[in-house]
Amino acid sequence: MASASIPAYSSSPLENSSSQNASRESLRLEPLADVALLPGEERVTDKDIIYICPFAGALKGKVFITNYRLYFRSNDVDPSVILDVPLSTIGRVEKMGGASSRGENSYGLDITCKDMRNLRFALKQEGHSRRDIFELLFRYAFPVSHGLQLFAFLSQEKYEENGWNIYEPVDEYRRQGLPNDKWRITFINEKYELCDTYPTKLVVPYKASDEDLRRVATFRSRSRIPVLSWIHRENQAVIVRCSQPLVGMSGKRNKDDERYLDVIREANGTPKLTIYDARPNVNAVANKATGGGYEGDDAYQNAELVFLDIHNIHVMRESLRKLKDIVYPNVEEAHWLSSLESTHWLEHIKLVLSGAIQVADKVSSGSSVVVHCSDGWDRTAQLTSLAMLMLDSHYRTLRGFQVLLEKEWISFGHKFTSRIGHGDKNHADQERSPIFLQFIDCVWQMTKQFPTAFEFNERLLVVILDHLYSCRFGTFLFNCESVRDANALRSKTVSLWSMINADSSSYVNPFYTVESSRVLYPVASMRHLELWVMYYIRWNPRIRQQLMSLPVIKHLLAPRDEAPELCEFLFRESKLLSKGPFGHSLDLILLTYFCGWYE
Amino acid sequence: MLSLGTGGGKASKASFVSYVTPEEIKSEKEPPKKNKHPELLPGEVVFCSANPILKFTQDDQSQRGVFGTLLCTNFRVAFVSDEEEDAAQHFKNRLYGEHDIPLMCVDSIYGGYDDKKKLITSGLVKNKSPNKMIIHCKDLRVFQFCLTFTKEEDARKIFQGIVHHCLEPKSLKCVFAFSYSNIPNPERWATTTFDSAEDWNQEMKRTRGWCKIVTGNENFELSQRLPQVFIVPKAVSEEDYAKFQGLGLPIWCWSHHTGCALFKASSVPMLQEDTVAQAYMERMLNDVAQNHLYSVKTEDLSETLPSIQEIQLAYTKFKQFFLIDNTTDFWMSDVKWFSSLENSGWLDIIRQYLQKAVEVVECLEAENTNVLIMEEDGTDLCCVISSLVQLMLDPYFRTLPGFQSLVQKEWVAGGHNFQDRCNHLHHKDKEQCQSPVFLLFLECVWQLLQQHGPGFQFSETYLTVLSDSVHVPVFSTFLFSSACQRVSSIRADSPQTQRGALSCPAVWDWSVQFDRKAQDFFINPLYAEKPVKVVKKSHRPKHQRQLSLPASAFKTPSKKSFFKEETDSLKKMLRLRRISRWMLSPDSPQPSTREFYEAWLRKPLDYHGLLLPCLSGPAIRLWVQRYLRWLPEVQVFGGGAMAVISRLSELLAQVQELKQQLEWKGHRQETNHRGVPAHLQPAVRHSSVFPFASSRNWSFRPVIPTNVFQSLLVPDSLADQDDEYTEVVSLV
Repeated sequence: MASASIPAYSSSPLENSSSQNASRESLRLEPLADVALLPGEERVTDKDIIYICPFAGALKGKVFITNYRLYFRSNDVDPSVILDVPLSTIGRVEKMGGASSRGENSYGLDITCKDMRNLRFALKQEGHSRRDIFELLFRYAFPVSHGLQLFAFLSQEKYEENGWNIYEPVDEYRRQGLPNDKWRITFINEKYELCDTYPTKLVVPYKASDEDLRRVATFRSRSRIPVLSWIHRENQAVIVRCSQPLVGMSGKRNKDDERYLDVIREANGTPKLTIYDARPNVNAVANKATGGGYEGDDAYQNAELVFLDIHNIHVMRESLRKLKDIVYPNVEEAHWLSSLESTHWLEHIKLVLSGAIQVADKVSSGSSVVVHCSDGWDRTAQLTSLAMLMLDSHYRTLRGFQVLLEKEWISFGHKFTSRIGHGDKNHADQERSPIFLQFIDCVWQMTKQFPTAFEFNERLLVVILDHLYSCRFGTFLFNCESVRDANALRSKTVSLWSMINADSSSYVNPFYTVESSRVLYPVASMRHLELWVMYYIRWNPRIRQQLMSLPVIKHLLAPRDEAPELCEFLFRESKLLSKGPFGHSLDLILLTYFCGWYE
Repeated sequence: MLSLGTGGGKASKASFVSYVTPEEIKSEKEPPKKNKHPELLPGEVVFCSANPILKFTQDDQSQRGVFGTLLCTNFRVAFVSDEEEDAAQHFKNRLYGEHDIPLMCVDSIYGGYDDKKKLITSGLVKNKSPNKMIIHCKDLRVFQFCLTFTKEEDARKIFQGIVHHCLEPKSLKCVFAFSYSNIPNPERWATTTFDSAEDWNQEMKRTRGWCKIVTGNENFELSQRLPQVFIVPKAVSEEDYAKFQGLGLPIWCWSHHTGCALFKASSVPMLQEDTVAQAYMERMLNDVAQNHLYSVKTEDLSETLPSIQEIQLAYTKFKQFFLIDNTTDFWMSDVKWFSSLENSGWLDIIRQYLQKAVEVVECLEAENTNVLIMEEDGTDLCCVISSLVQLMLDPYFRTLPGFQSLVQKEWVAGGHNFQDRCNHLHHKDKEQCQSPVFLLFLECVWQLLQQHGPGFQFSETYLTVLSDSVHVPVFSTFLFSSACQRVSSIRADSPQTQRGALSCPAVWDWSVQFDRKAQDFFINPLYAEKPVKVVKKSHRPKHQRQLSLPASAFKTPSKKSFFKEETDSLKKMLRLRRISRWMLSPDSPQPSTREFYEAWLRKPLDYHGLLLPCLSGPAIRLWVQRYLRWLPEVQVFGGGAMAVISRLSELLAQVQELKQQLEWKGHRQETNHRGVPAHLQPAVRHSSVFPFASSRNWSFRPVIPTNVFQSLLVPDSLADQDDEYTEVVSLV
C-alpha cells in the first residue's frame, strides 16, 4: 500500500492521523521507529518543527526527512497528525518570512505539492534554524537539478511479480488479432531510427513498405507517423494515431502521406476516413505558422476532418490551478457551483470525453479513424486511450488497464518527465501540465457512470496518481522508450504494477460484472460530470469519505453469526469459488471478509 | 436525439415510432378512427376525448410521434396510443400509465401557435385554438400533443376540456378521491397513523418521553388548528390548552434518550405591551423547560430560514431546468449548468434547512436541552425541521415503516396544509400560499440518504415515488388542509362526501399503485440492518437518562426551592437565549455547528446511531433520479446507480444460494431454490433512469454534445500558445 495514498482511505477523519502509537511516541528515542522505511530508503535528517495545519491550526511535532519522503508527526494533539509525503511530490519549496518577521509562526517554509496541497512549517527564528532543512529539502526534493538519482533508482523493493512484464506489445497486438492480412508489425523502429519518441514495435498497413514509412515520417511532426492503436475485431475498423502533418504556411502536400492514409482507409473498406484533430480549429490553423497544420480537403479527398476543440496544455494547467484555489485548503462554500464552473475543469473533461465518444462511435460503426493533435502525445493519448476503454472491455480489467497505460501513454511517448517535472526544481516550467491527471479524471467519470463495468476501483486511480509524482517506481519516469532504454529503467527500477499486482484485491471493484463485448458510452453532459472529491479534496478532513466501502458490503453479504461455518464451507469449496459461477469479485469479497473474521 | 456533430445522421429509433411527417399524413386516407379507452378506475368518468392526436415522442423539431386518442377524465388526462403498447414495463403504476397525467399532477399548460408558445392560465381560450398543447407535469414529465389532425371542433373541445379540468378552481368534493372507491388492502409496511391516543402513547413509550397526552380535542372543541390527539409538556395547565386557539402551545415531537425533548409551536401574534400573550409565552417556555433539567432553547424558524414564499420562488426557477422539451435547449443549458443550479437557490435552501436541523440536533444530543421551534403556523418549517431532526437522531425513522410513521406523525396528523401548499384546488387566492415544503423535506432526506446509504432501509426510488404521489388525487394522505378538514371529510355525516364516508386509501397502501415486485424497488439493498444478536458496546450508554436527575427530584420540596430560586435568573437567561440567534450571521464562514459536526466525524460511523449530513459545497447534490429521469439525453445505458443495485442483489442472491448449499450439506435437506429477482436479472441491461422512463428508447448510439466549444472562454494568450515551445521543425 502506497504511503501517500493512505490518508484517502484511513477511517480517521483528521488528516493522516492515527491514534495508534501516538501516546507511546513521546517516550521513544528512536526517531524513525514507527515509520516503515522502504528498502533503500535512508534517513537524512530530523527536526522539531511546527506544522501549520489549515484544518487543525499550528501543531508542534517532529519532521523526518529521508531520501524518499518527508514525514511529520505531531506530538501535542491526540490523535496525532501525520504527514507522509514523498519528496518528489513537492513542486516548490519557499522560505516564508525573514529573520525579522513578526507574528507567531511567520518564519518557516512553504511547500507546494503536486497533489493538490500546500504544507507550511514554522521554525524558531533564532539561529537561521531553517537553513539546513531548507537546503536538504531542496536537494532531495529536486535530485535531478542537483545531479542526484531519483529514488526509483535507489529503491531496493522486491515483489513477486515483475510488473515490467505486464505489457508485451506483440502479445497485446496478438490479442487484438494482429498481425493479419491488412496489418503487419514492423521492427523498423527497433533502434529508434525512424522516430525517437515511438516504441520499437509498430503496427502499420500491410501494403505500406518500410520505405513508405520513412517517406511518411518526413511529413509528420517529429516523425510520429500514423500507426495502429486498436482494431475492432468484427468490423476491422481501426484507431490510428499520429502527429500533425507538416503542411506549413505554404500548404505543402506529400503524396506518400496521402497515399498512406488512403491505404489505412482501404484496409476495411471505410468509404471515408475520419481524421479527428483534437485541437480547436483556430489552433490547428495557427500551427501552420510553425510548420505544422492539418490535412486539407484537397489533398486528402477520401477523408473528412473533424476538430474536437480540446485546448492545449497551458489552458489545462491554468484550469487546474484555479481548481486548486477553490478546493485547498478550504472548499469555497458560498458559491461552490459557480466557482467550480469558472475553473472550466469539468468543461475540459466534457470536451475530452465527448471527443473520445465520437472516436469510439465512429469505430464501432465500422469506419476507421485517425487521431492527432500537434505532436500526438498529449490530447491524442487521451482520446485514443479513452476510446479504447469504451470499446474494449479488456482495458477495463485491472491488468488490462495497466496494459492500456503502458501502451498508449508510456510506450507512445507521453512526456511524463516534462509534464510532471520529476525531480526538477523549475516549478514554473511551461512544459508542465496535468494531461495525465485529466485522463485519469475522465476514467473516473466513466467508472462513476458505469459502476459495474470496471474491474478496478477508485483506489487504483488514486494510487496511480500518487505514484505519478512519487518517483518510487520507474513506471512514469522519462519521456519516451528510447530514453528509458538508455537509462536501463527496466532493470534498475521497480514497476508500479509489481506493487499493485502483489495486492490486487485492494484494487478490485466488488460490483464488477464481466461483459466482454459491451461498448460504453458515457454521457458527456455537465448534468452527469462531477468533481472527483475523493481525489481533489481528499486532504480536507471535513469532506467525509463517502465511498461505498467494502466493510459495508461485507456486512451485508454475511451476517456475522453465520460466518465461521460459511467460511469453512467456502474454503472447502474454494475450487468452486475461483472457477465457479460466482465470479472473481464475490470470491474476493468473501475471502477478504473471512480472512478478516479470523484475525 | 440530436444529430451527430460529424454528419452522422439521425440515430435510429425504436420500432414503435411513426416516421410519418404531417405532410405524409394528409396525403394518406383518413387514419383509422379508433376511439380506444384506457381502463377506467372505479368511479372514473370520461369528460371528453379526441382522435387522432399526435403525441410527439421527443424533439418537437423532428415531428415524430405516435397517433392515438387523447382523453380527459375526472382523474387524469390520458393518451391511448393507436399502436400496440409494449407490455413489458417493470415499474408500472396501476393507477395511471406512462402517457397519463393525473389532473393534480399538471403543473402548467402551454398552447403552441405555430412557432409561439403561450402559457395558458384560464379555460377561456379567446382566439383560435392552438395547434399544439404542451403539458408540464409536477413529476417533471413533458408532453407535447399535436392537435391539427383531428377535427377542429374536437381539438378545441379537448383543449378547453383539459385546460378547464386542470387549471380552473374546483371544490374539494370534485377531487377524484371522492369518487374513487377502493377496497383497502393490508399494508405491506405497517404504518402508525397517529390518529389515536394509543399511537401517541406508544410513541412516547418508545422514546421514553414523559409528557402528557391531551385527548380533549376529539371533535376539535379546543381548537381547529390542533390535532385530535396531541402531547404537551407535563407542566402545561389545562386552561392554557386553548388560550390562544392553540397558538403558542408547545406540541411534543420527540424525546431524546437523555430526557430532553423537541417541541414545536405556532407563534402567538405578539403586539407590544401585550402582557397577556407575553406572560403566556413565558409560561409555555417554563413548562417546556421543566420537561428536563430546566433547560430550553427556542427558535423562531421564520426569522432564520427561507420562508415558504422563498422556497416556492426557488423551486419555480429550479424545476424549469428539467422541463426541457428539446435537445437544443438541453445542450444550450448544459454550458451554464452549475451556475444555473446555484442561481435558483434551491440547493442552498436545502443546505440551510439541513444546517438548522443539525443545530437542533446539537442542542438535544450534545447539550441535552429541550428545544422549542416556532413559526407562524407551526405546520410548515417546523414540520421540515422536526422530522429531519428525528431522522438524524432516531434510526427507527430510517426504516421504511418508521419513515412512513414519521410523515404521518409530523405532517399528516401534524396538520401540514397540503391542500394549499400544493394548491390542489387551483384557487387563485391561494397561489401565494403554494410552496413545495414537503418536497423540500424529501429533498433533505435524499441528501442524507445519498451521504449515508446504508443507514436507510428505503431507497431513493421510494422517495421519488412518494414525491410523485403527492399529486395523485386518490389518496387521503396529502389531500387536506388540516387534521380538522381531513377528519370531517372522512366522517360519514360530512356534506363534502357524495355517498357516505370517504373511503380513499392512504398513500401507504402501496399496492394501490404498484405490484409487489415493483414495490421491491422501495427497499435499499445497501441497508445495514441492525444485527440481531449484539453485545452492546455502544460508545454512548443507552440508559444515560438515569444518570441525569431522576424525575422524582423535581417533586421533593427541598429541590423545589432550589429550582424556585433558579427560576428568575433562568427567565432572564431564556430571554437572552431567545434573542441570541444560534446561527452566526449568514456571511460568517464557520457555522456554529462545525465543532459538533467534527466531533461526530471523529467517532466511528454507526449507521444505527446519529447521522449528520455533510453540508459543504460538493456534498449537497442534485437529486439526479427525480429530476433527470425523463430526459433522454442523460440516460446512461447500462450504468448509473441502478447497475450497482442490480449487481448487489445478484451477489446477495448468490450468497443466499451458498448458504443454502451449506445448509443442504449440513442437514441433507432439500431447500427452496431462490434465484435473483426476475426484474434484476443481469441479462437485462437497464439505463440509469431505470425504473423510470421506459427503456424502449434504448439507443446504442451515444449522445454527443453540441455547441460545447462556444462556451469556453479561455484567456487568449494561453489558448493561442503552442503545446511546446519548440524550435521550428527543421523538415519544413
